[in-house]
Amino acid sequence: MTEPQTIHALKGAYGDLAFSEYRGQTRVVVPLALIHDVLETLKERLGFDLLVDITCVDYLRYRGAQDRFGMVYLLANVETNERITARTFVNDPEPTVPSMVDLWAGADWLEREVWDLFGIRFSGHPDLRRIVLPDGFEAHPLRKDYPLQGRGERHNLPVIRRAEG
Amino acid sequence: MAIVELPENVRITSLDRLVAWCRSYSLWPMPYATACCGIELMATGASRTDISRFGAEVFRFSPRQCDLMLVAGRVVMKMMPVLQRIWQQMYEPKWCVAMGACASTGGVFDTYSVVQGIDRFIPVDVYVPGCPPRPEQLIQSLVDLQQKIQAEDTIFGREFDAPSRQRAKRPLQE
Repeated sequence: MTEPQTIHALKGAYGDLAFSEYRGQTRVVVPLALIHDVLETLKERLGFDLLVDITCVDYLRYRGAQDRFGMVYLLANVETNERITARTFVNDPEPTVPSMVDLWAGADWLEREVWDLFGIRFSGHPDLRRIVLPDGFEAHPLRKDYPLQGRGERHNLPVIRRAEG
Repeated sequence: MAIVELPENVRITSLDRLVAWCRSYSLWPMPYATACCGIELMATGASRTDISRFGAEVFRFSPRQCDLMLVAGRVVMKMMPVLQRIWQQMYEPKWCVAMGACASTGGVFDTYSVVQGIDRFIPVDVYVPGCPPRPEQLIQSLVDLQQKIQAEDTIFGREFDAPSRQRAKRPLQE
């Protein structure tokens, strides 16, 4: 639950951000150009010091969706137990969002994971490498246009025979 | 021709068969446990099922000390080079058991990252069905493997020269 004064403070600073509420969780949709500013304000002025998670949603062929990818930032205020979900949208080609590593050092691996599985670039990230999949992997498999069984990656490995053992 | 009566405690056999018999009762398993099959593997090593009845109780976590690799659980493509390297570090003679549906075929994990059966990339001697197999099934696979070792293995490793043992399985194409 987010306190009304938090919402009020954000609205006062950035104008009409789109707030919504679902099952006691407050969500705010932020334009891509403002996302770093808004998260910095949430952290430095409004006390949301804990970055719970960074993740991404691929809205390809999703009913009513305008944009391809939705970046999701889950924040928490450890003092007051407030939580807020900030979202922003990015699109092909080369979807890029600003990195949050300068705000939370813990964003490093979270953003690497999103890069690995969704192929979102993070400008300003110090070390944007794959984190889960092997280094030679070509695709970003959590994108909706990637086939479930892959494109032959799991079979493209050397074979060891008994005589070579 | 003189007929010699053998005493009761003397048997005549070939050296190959004697060595194979010895080998089959002193398997040293290398547990390569990546998933829930590993829990059943631990249960198999515990006192209730008592795998030492079959001479295979000495689990070692170094491949250089082992001659039986038990692959228990799913193997992903990032893990396969590790598995192959461990297999190559084991000394001949060595055997491999694919324990459970995932190690044998990929199981329900028909996804981009999970190898669809380790036998496509390393040699496998015995497959154990089950999800996960009970300890009794694993012990049965051990008994089957013992029979296989006693039937074919030779002191000079001649069986490894057979073309059927050298031919690699063809990986699935998609």
